[in-house]
Amino acid sequence: MKVLIPGGLCSYTSAARVEASGATLREVLDDLDRRYPGIRFRMVDEQQRLRPHVRLFFAGEPLRDLDRPLRADGELIILQALSGG
Amino acid sequence: MTADSDASACNTRRLVLLVATRKGAWLFHGDARRGAWRVDGPHFLGHIISHLVLDPRDGKTLLAAAKTGHLGPTIFRSTDLGVNWREAARPPAFRQAAAGTAGRAVDHSFWLTPAHADEPDAWYAGTSPQGLFRSGDGGLTWSPFSPINEDPQYRKWMGTEQDGTPDGPKLHSIIVDPRDRRHLYFAMSGGGVHESRDGGETFAPLVDDMETVEGFDASDLAFHDPHCVRLCPSDPDRLYQQNHCGIYRLDRPSTRWVRIGRTMPQEIGDIGFPLVVHPRDANTAWVFPMDATTVWPRTSPGGRPAAYATRDAGATWQRQDVGMPAGQAWWTIKRQAMTADRFDPVGIYFGTTSGELWMSPDEGRRWECIARHLPEIYAVEAADLA
Repeated sequence: MKVLIPGGLCSYTSAARVEASGATLREVLDDLDRRYPGIRFRMVDEQQRLRPHVRLFFAGEPLRDLDRPLRADGELIILQALSGG
Repeated sequence: MTADSDASACNTRRLVLLVATRKGAWLFHGDARRGAWRVDGPHFLGHIISHLVLDPRDGKTLLAAAKTGHLGPTIFRSTDLGVNWREAARPPAFRQAAAGTAGRAVDHSFWLTPAHADEPDAWYAGTSPQGLFRSGDGGLTWSPFSPINEDPQYRKWMGTEQDGTPDGPKLHSIIVDPRDRRHLYFAMSGGGVHESRDGGETFAPLVDDMETVEGFDASDLAFHDPHCVRLCPSDPDRLYQQNHCGIYRLDRPSTRWVRIGRTMPQEIGDIGFPLVVHPRDANTAWVFPMDATTVWPRTSPGGRPAAYATRDAGATWQRQDVGMPAGQAWWTIKRQAMTADRFDPVGIYFGTTSGELWMSPDEGRRWECIARHLPEIYAVEAADLA
């Protein structure tokens, strides 16, 4: 599926749109990390929790559950919830 | 190298100041006289850099503890002074908790310490919340180090986020005895000072005669808040400490800290964040006091900043403010933001949270501003390049 990468993570992918595969959000993030080592830990902590300011959307729906099934023909959008100064 | 030969050799060194800020990192390259500075930066613009450290064992490897406001923590490594950076393949991270239990996650790596000279690729990292980690491969992969991260007693002493400093409780001041790689110290805000004699297999508290805030039980380590602990390179049996409750000295093998800050001027007090030791004289140390009255502004008392130096191990203190603003300067100097070089005379450096970098070329007698308009400065290190 297509994955939209936020500016803060483009240092890993060198592109704003990349491809990744997986049947669930967890698998897609794992595949992203295989392709771009280190990118997953910036979004998901060691207790498998999405970090506080990372927001994920699929088909317009916000995602919080790593085991959420995803369709292969959709687009995963990763955003940083920018705040603070 | 002896202290004398160290001093005579030092003025031919290539000095670099490593400045870590809330918005990136900068390197200031000094000339042989420390009179001119070439600025290199920003590196990692927009990243929160808690600590930037050059490996003294090779004089070229840099590690940077980094995160952004929105992404998780990591560590970057460079062997060419920041021309190229390589990210850690496995940054410091706690063990994943068993199903159904709450585990901790590293918010940021706060403190970096190279291991003993006999372990050339080993490093230690202290994190927020408090955790101790080690890398054996030059900072590329990190693992939890020693049992303390999961030990129930240590977890109790560490407290919760609620008990920590405003931007998170921290493990800091990781110290390796230069005579014995297995002899380690670290400190926690909060949680006290701890020592290991067995290479980190076990640690034990080292808080005798350290004070806590009035009304709190000093036998409970959770109430101890060491801000910065330093070991004297010229006498590794001597440590100094800047604590939330005063300035202390410890002469081993004693386990009893002596509150040497009692001899500071009463109107200044003995509270602050950083403490710096002389590289060749264990009787000399510097602190930068802050206002710890009322709601704890943590700014220079009266808006008149000054370092204070002792030349007699804390028996007396001398105010050092020549060149600093005479008033209306409400500076805060964080615990990692003051340091010394190894020149003769020793240069002292500090960075303010208002983004100014200051130095003294003569052990604090006079001060000058090297740089202004930097982001909030978190850490300053002075290092010798190979």
